[in-house]
Amino acid sequence: MGTGHAHALFLHEHSKIHYLAPEAKLAAGFLFVVAAAITPREAVWAFLLYLAALIALIRIAKLRFSFLAARLTVIIPFILFAVFLPFVSSGERIEVLGIGISLEGAWAAWNVFAKASIGASVSIVLAATTELPDLIRGMERLRVPAVMTAIAGFMIRYLELIADELGRMRVAMTARGYDPRWIWQAKPIAASAGAMFIRSYERGERVYDAMLSRGYQGSMPDLGHKRASHSDWRTAITLPLLGIIISVVALRIS
Amino acid sequence: MHGPDGFLNAATAVATGAISAGTIGASIRQARTTLTDKQIPLAGLAAAFIFAAQMFNFPVAAGTTGHLLGGTLAAILLGPSVGAIVVTIVVIVQAVAFADGGLTALGYNVLNMAIVTAFGGWAAYRLFRKIFPNSAAGVVAATGLAGGFSVVLSAAAFSVGWLFGANTPVPFDTVFGAMVGAHLLIGVGEGVISGMAVGAVLAARPDLVYGARDLDRSQLANRKALSTRTFLISGFGVVLLLAVIVSQFTADGLDGLERVAADTGITATTQESMPSIFADYATEGIGNESLSLAVAGASGAIITLLVGAGLFSAVRLQKPRDKAMV
Repeated sequence: MGTGHAHALFLHEHSKIHYLAPEAKLAAGFLFVVAAAITPREAVWAFLLYLAALIALIRIAKLRFSFLAARLTVIIPFILFAVFLPFVSSGERIEVLGIGISLEGAWAAWNVFAKASIGASVSIVLAATTELPDLIRGMERLRVPAVMTAIAGFMIRYLELIADELGRMRVAMTARGYDPRWIWQAKPIAASAGAMFIRSYERGERVYDAMLSRGYQGSMPDLGHKRASHSDWRTAITLPLLGIIISVVALRIS
Repeated sequence: MHGPDGFLNAATAVATGAISAGTIGASIRQARTTLTDKQIPLAGLAAAFIFAAQMFNFPVAAGTTGHLLGGTLAAILLGPSVGAIVVTIVVIVQAVAFADGGLTALGYNVLNMAIVTAFGGWAAYRLFRKIFPNSAAGVVAATGLAGGFSVVLSAAAFSVGWLFGANTPVPFDTVFGAMVGAHLLIGVGEGVISGMAVGAVLAARPDLVYGARDLDRSQLANRKALSTRTFLISGFGVVLLLAVIVSQFTADGLDGLERVAADTGITATTQESMPSIFADYATEGIGNESLSLAVAGASGAIITLLVGAGLFSAVRLQKPRDKAMV
């Protein structure tokens, strides 16, 4: 409310990727990740090619690599999981720096690391170049059921509503001398969570009633937002096409 | 608990994808007929809360993470079908926009986190409702226990996925022990939060709680707290049951690992390099292995129970609804 309307993951920029219709971006991103996921893990060259394609994509989208790196921290838990694999897996053993590790486990770790990074990078680029309402609209046009897109739309609006509501309650509590420092001071927070749930719901209910009375029938009216043109699809298909070619070649070779 | 791309093999991803798509498709068809107008914003709100709750991750022993899941809460507020749809939406938006969980991992992520928690949690809720009296407090208590149970169930489902589609030969029992063990504690948190949320909604807007539709006005007005004994006995039963199962698997995990190590001829040097990870649970001084296991399982159960009881009493003392919030 006090802030802008864009969500934190979105980076305002004017690029080819930003201008692509959301449904084309979603489909292309998904296909590219599928292509990467079915690539055999031994084909390291294929993953280097995917990396090159991703770097090109990031350049075209005019995103900074530092932004991507910061956002990629979400996959750290999985990387930690992957680091663990060579030590707990069975199979042929090799010596690295005097420590015995499982070769099979090392390949598995590489597999999770490579594919998770590619998948996460694609999601990050998608979110950075597409505003959330557009993503939902894209899903709608890709025939995701209206019940799901309606709930997803409410979820995204509620997320900011809840954050704002919580912020106001915190300010009010702080103004009245509440200064949480220790875990046993958390009780008012727990109490306010229940109140917040009801307050957010009733506020959302009023908004929803207002929408219904203005003719809302389960999906937002199309206000002339750009639909994917043929050239959009042609541009978007480049990335998954590359990915599919690479993965088919890799599957053939192995 | 979000699996990334490439976490399980392609066949498992496709198979779980088909199961998930089929189940959610059927849920959507059902929801179209049962979903009332008022439920759509409530579903959105539940999704937003679950989304926020899932952002707090706790590390799990094997290097993966655990967090609150929320499927049972959604199922009790909205019914199991809409509940499953709500968590599915959360998982999809996390994968598409927040890079949390892989796009090609959606099949098993939706299955573990949405379908198992919503339908499994709902089944547990129906069961617990039979134990507790038909009152607001009974609904809240059943929600809490079912919520906790659903998290453990989900961790078990995650491990079963591993059994079918692991890309690496980590023994199933190791994964099972680590995941389910850690999620016992997360389950306590999930149960407390689910119970509180349902309690708050029930107090202000009982018409919104799907799981309490069978109660009439006087039953809803009956806010008398459950006898602590009923709650503790049921809670202890659940915890003990789970602890016994988990301790068996944890023990088997060590056995399995050692067996594999022996089979593949790993020498003692490799075992020396990782003593802290594989410190044998077999307790020194107690010769009988199953006795020491029972000791370990029971102490785990008691710790969990104490934490749960502490949280429960903390929750029970407060009356959040009566205070006007600014």
